[in-house]
Amino acid sequence: MSRTGSRVALYSVVVGGFAFLYLPLIVLVVFSFNASKLVSVWGGWSVEWYAELFRNEQVLSAAWLSIKIAIINATGATLLGTMAGLALSRFGRFGGRLLFTGLIAAPLVMPDVIIGISLLLTFVSMEQLIGWPVGRGVDTILIAHITFSTAYVAVVVQSRASGLDRSIEEAALDLGARPFTAFLLVTLPMLAPALASGWLLAFTLSLDDLVIASFTSGPGSSTLPMVIFSKVRLGVSPDINALATLLIGSVALFAGLATWMQIRRMNRT
Amino acid sequence: MAARRRPFWLSGRGAVAGIPYLWLFVFFLVPFAIVFRISLSEPVLAQPPYSPLFNADGSFAGSLFNYELLFDDALYRAGYFNSLMVAGISTFITLLIGYPMAYAIARATPTVRNLLLMAVMLPFWSSFLLRVYALKTLMADTGLVNALLLGIGVIDTPIRMLQTDFALYVGISYTYLPFMILPLYATLERLDWSLVEAAEDLGCRPWKAFLLVTLPLSVPGIIAGAMLVFIPATGEFVIPNLLGASDTLMVGRMLWDTFFNERDWTLASALAVVLLLLLVVPIMLFQVVENRRQGAEA
Repeated sequence: MSRTGSRVALYSVVVGGFAFLYLPLIVLVVFSFNASKLVSVWGGWSVEWYAELFRNEQVLSAAWLSIKIAIINATGATLLGTMAGLALSRFGRFGGRLLFTGLIAAPLVMPDVIIGISLLLTFVSMEQLIGWPVGRGVDTILIAHITFSTAYVAVVVQSRASGLDRSIEEAALDLGARPFTAFLLVTLPMLAPALASGWLLAFTLSLDDLVIASFTSGPGSSTLPMVIFSKVRLGVSPDINALATLLIGSVALFAGLATWMQIRRMNRT
Repeated sequence: MAARRRPFWLSGRGAVAGIPYLWLFVFFLVPFAIVFRISLSEPVLAQPPYSPLFNADGSFAGSLFNYELLFDDALYRAGYFNSLMVAGISTFITLLIGYPMAYAIARATPTVRNLLLMAVMLPFWSSFLLRVYALKTLMADTGLVNALLLGIGVIDTPIRMLQTDFALYVGISYTYLPFMILPLYATLERLDWSLVEAAEDLGCRPWKAFLLVTLPLSVPGIIAGAMLVFIPATGEFVIPNLLGASDTLMVGRMLWDTFFNERDWTLASALAVVLLLLLVVPIMLFQVVENRRQGAEA
C-alpha cells in the first residue's frame, strides 16, 4: 500500500471510530428536545420531557440516593485507594505483595455478576455469623462500591506516585522534616491531581453501576441505574433522553474545562 | 544489625498497606470462597435458601450436584461457549477499530492529542447504561437507522436489528472501545519511534516497518486492552439483556436469571465459579501485563 493510501485508510478509520462513539450520543441529545414521543419522528422542539423528568418522583429520589452513595463511595475509595497506591509504589517488596497487586488488578476486569453474587452471599453469611449487616440496603451497596472503586483509585495513584520526583521529598527529609510532615506538605500536594481524578472516577463508577447494586441492594434502596434499567427494559421513554442529556452535558462541561486548563498550562510552559 | 527495623507489617507503613489490603481481602477474596461453598449446597425452601454444608452429626453434606447439572445440560455449555465466542469476536472488533485510533492519537501534536484523548474519555465518563439505551433507540424497528434507510429507499421494510447478534456485537464494541484505546495509546505514546525511523532509513517500507517494529513493540498494550475488553465482556449482562437475541445464551444473563427469577442461589453460585475458572488465565495475564507496565513507569 502506498504512503498516501495508508494515510487515507488510517484517517478514515479514526474519523469513523469517533463518529461511532459520538453519533448515538448526539442523536440521544437531539431527540430529548423532540415534541413527539416517537424516537424517529421529529415533532418540533420542546422541553416537555425535561418537565416530565422533574415531575417523576421515583427518578428524582433514586437520583438523590445514587448521588449520596457516589459521594460517600468516592471519598472512602479515595482514602483506601491512595493508601494502596502509595504502598505499591513506595514500599518496595513486602511479604504478600504479589497477592496485593492481584487484589488491585482483578476488580478492574472481574465481571460484575461475579462481584455482585459473591458479595451478596458474603453479606448473607456475615449476617448469619455475626449479625451484621442486617438485611441489605445503602450500607451494603456502599461496601460493594468501595471495594471495586478502591482498585481503580489505587491504579491512578500508583501510576502518579511512581512518576513523582522523589528528590523533593528527600530534600524535605534531609532538611529535618518528619516523614509524616514531608508526606503532608510535599507528597500529598504533588499527588493532588491523581486524588482528584481518582475521586471523580470512583464517583462515576458508583453512579453508573447497575449489576452490583442490584445484587447488594435491599427493598427501598433502588439506585438511579436500577430505575433507568427497569424503564429502558420496557421500551423507549423520552424522559430518559432528557436525563441522559443532563448527564452528558455536565460530563462534557467538566471534561472541556479540564482539557482547556491542561492545554493552557502546556502552552504556558 | 542491632538497630533492627520493625517487621514491615508492624510498622506505620504496614498499617498504610494493611488497611486496604484487609478490606480487599475480606470483601473481594473471601467472597469467592463463600460462593464456592454455597455452590456445593442444594437449593432448599428456607432462609437463606441453601442447604447446610455439614449434617447435624458433623459429616460433610456438600455435593457437586450443581456442577453435574451444568455439565450435563447442553444449554449451559452453549451459554459458556457463546459468552467466550461473543467476547472474543468483540475484542477483535474493538482492536481493529481501536488500534488505528490509538495510533493516530499517539502521533498527533500535543494539543490535538489532548483533545482527542478527551474525546475518547468523554463517552467513558458518561453512563454506560445510557449509552446502551442510545444504541437501543437507534436500532429499534422504528429507530433512526431504519427511518433513514427507508427514507432513501435502500430498504422497503425495517431491518430487525434489536434482539440480534448484530446488535450484541455493536453494543459490546461501542461501550468497550475506550478500554481498548487507552492502554494501546499509553503503550504507543511511550514507544521509541526512532526504531521505526531506523527501519525505514534502512530501506524498510512503511507498511513493513509497522508490521515488524511498531506492532511487536505494542504487544503489551494490545494484551492489556484485549483483557480489559474480553474478561468483562464474557460476563456481560446488560448488553445481552437489552440488545441481544434471547436465544443467544450468555452466562451473565443465565446467572442473573437463575438468581433473580428462579431464585436458585446454589446453581447461580456454581455458574459464577465456573465462569471465574474460565477467566483465571486471562485475569492472571492481565495482572502480569499491568505489573510490567507499572514497573516500566517507575
